[in-house]
Amino acid sequence: MSDWKPNIVVFACNWCTYQGADLAGSLRYDYPSTINIIRVPCSGRVEPEFIVAALKNGADGVFVGGCHPGDCHYKEGNYKAIRRFILLKRVLTSMGIEPERVRLEWISGSEGKRFAEVMAEFDRTIKEIGPNPVGRDGNGR
Amino acid sequence: MADKLKLAYFLSGGCGGCDMAIVDLSETLVDVLPNLEVVFWAPTVADVKYKDLEAMPDKSIDVGLYSGMVRLGEQEHIAKVMRAKCKVLVAWGICAALGGIPGMGNMHTKEEIYKTAYFDTYSTDNPDGITPQTRCVVDGKYELTLPEFYEYVRPLNQVVDVDYYIGGCPPHHSFVGEAILAVLQGKLPPPGSWITGGKAVCDVCKRNPATQGEGREPITAVKRTIDGAPAEGKCLLQEGYLCLGPITQGDCGALCPKVNIPCRGCGGPMPGVKDFGLRAIAAIAASMENEELVDQIPSPVKLFYRYSLPASMLGRKVK
Ligand code: SF4
Ligand code: SF4
Ligand code: SF4
Ligand code: FES
Repeated sequence: MSDWKPNIVVFACNWCTYQGADLAGSLRYDYPSTINIIRVPCSGRVEPEFIVAALKNGADGVFVGGCHPGDCHYKEGNYKAIRRFILLKRVLTSMGIEPERVRLEWISGSEGKRFAEVMAEFDRTIKEIGPNPVGRDGNGR
Repeated sequence: MADKLKLAYFLSGGCGGCDMAIVDLSETLVDVLPNLEVVFWAPTVADVKYKDLEAMPDKSIDVGLYSGMVRLGEQEHIAKVMRAKCKVLVAWGICAALGGIPGMGNMHTKEEIYKTAYFDTYSTDNPDGITPQTRCVVDGKYELTLPEFYEYVRPLNQVVDVDYYIGGCPPHHSFVGEAILAVLQGKLPPPGSWITGGKAVCDVCKRNPATQGEGREPITAVKRTIDGAPAEGKCLLQEGYLCLGPITQGDCGALCPKVNIPCRGCGGPMPGVKDFGLRAIAAIAASMENEELVDQIPSPVKLFYRYSLPASMLGRKVK
């Protein structure tokens, strides 16, 4: 397993976390190459289906980044996102998936450094818990 | 109709309730019976053997109704035989369509289930540790066999191709009448669809705030059915009873909310929904007022996936 590299999917809100990632890039803050960013219009657009689809298709970790409370471009998208996220995480945990595999954070467009730090930290966490167990028993579903 | 429509029915991993839903048709059934020839209905209604079904020519049966999920080798075998013999195969009821109540077995391994069923239950006395085997020889000469008990529950479409799906646990008899007539008259939607009126339980529910000129407000409590009776005529979900009416097919006519019970989703998902439980999570969580309430929802997997776990994206608990 030594050469295993995680595959991490990051759903980043266009108005904040995505801008934060951009800023991290222009300020040349390093973040791990395991991070694959998918831009979404709002964290509230991230359906539970998206997160599970990522896990099922081989993501070892899934991250949702949204605007800080009060800052959502669509007012309530991020509040909706966190309520859904908490419930989904409970369901995933009962279904045998490590809760650390999924994470939600508020990262604004000015937090480039924080974006890089949080990504590095998430990458470390996923490396510690290892590959995604979905489909581990080979039934391929 | 010149020729009678040939019908086959099989009760697989189900409870017989779906058989009853057809028998419950009473007058409607009497009306359609002259047009029907039941060539196979096992094990409940007709005395036709598996070998009789196996001997029928391929595609010689017009419609096959398959009720119940697939867990045993025998059920898998008959699913394949039905598929070969029937022109149209219908997953009849939510067990066949999505796994149903027995599908919650997918939260446990086969070993856990055997341990409970053959060792741990109070009434079990099994000093020799005997569990079902697919083959055993008695008195050195009689070979006995049992079907294999698979690792997990599967809905019918994970075993063979399915033409139509009908939800409900069981399908409501008034809807069964319509569905059977639709089949008889060949008025069917494109293959692969659910046979449904296409309305949600909320759409046909008298408690719906929209029909009372009211809007929906954020939900401010989480209640269980044991927490007292809900207010007369008011939306259960609005009061905090976790009703899945918004995302469930309402062909039952909102049977449960009529008698103060929140919808648990037996009708199956509204068209276009891939994973019932995940959509339920999205809908219910989004309508709660705050995060603390979301944490109070009891046993979310068994609430949201009560009828659909084997057909969900994850399908079962990950080992
Ligand atoms: S869907 Fe319900 S009524 Fe039909 S076989 Fe399954 S458990 Fe029984
Ligand atoms: S949520 Fe339940 S009680 Fe409320 S309108 Fe819908 S089906 Fe009726
Ligand atoms: S109200 Fe819901 S749970 Fe009750 S019969 Fe209708 S679909 Fe099934
Ligand atoms: S716009 Fe960023 S979370 Fe809604």
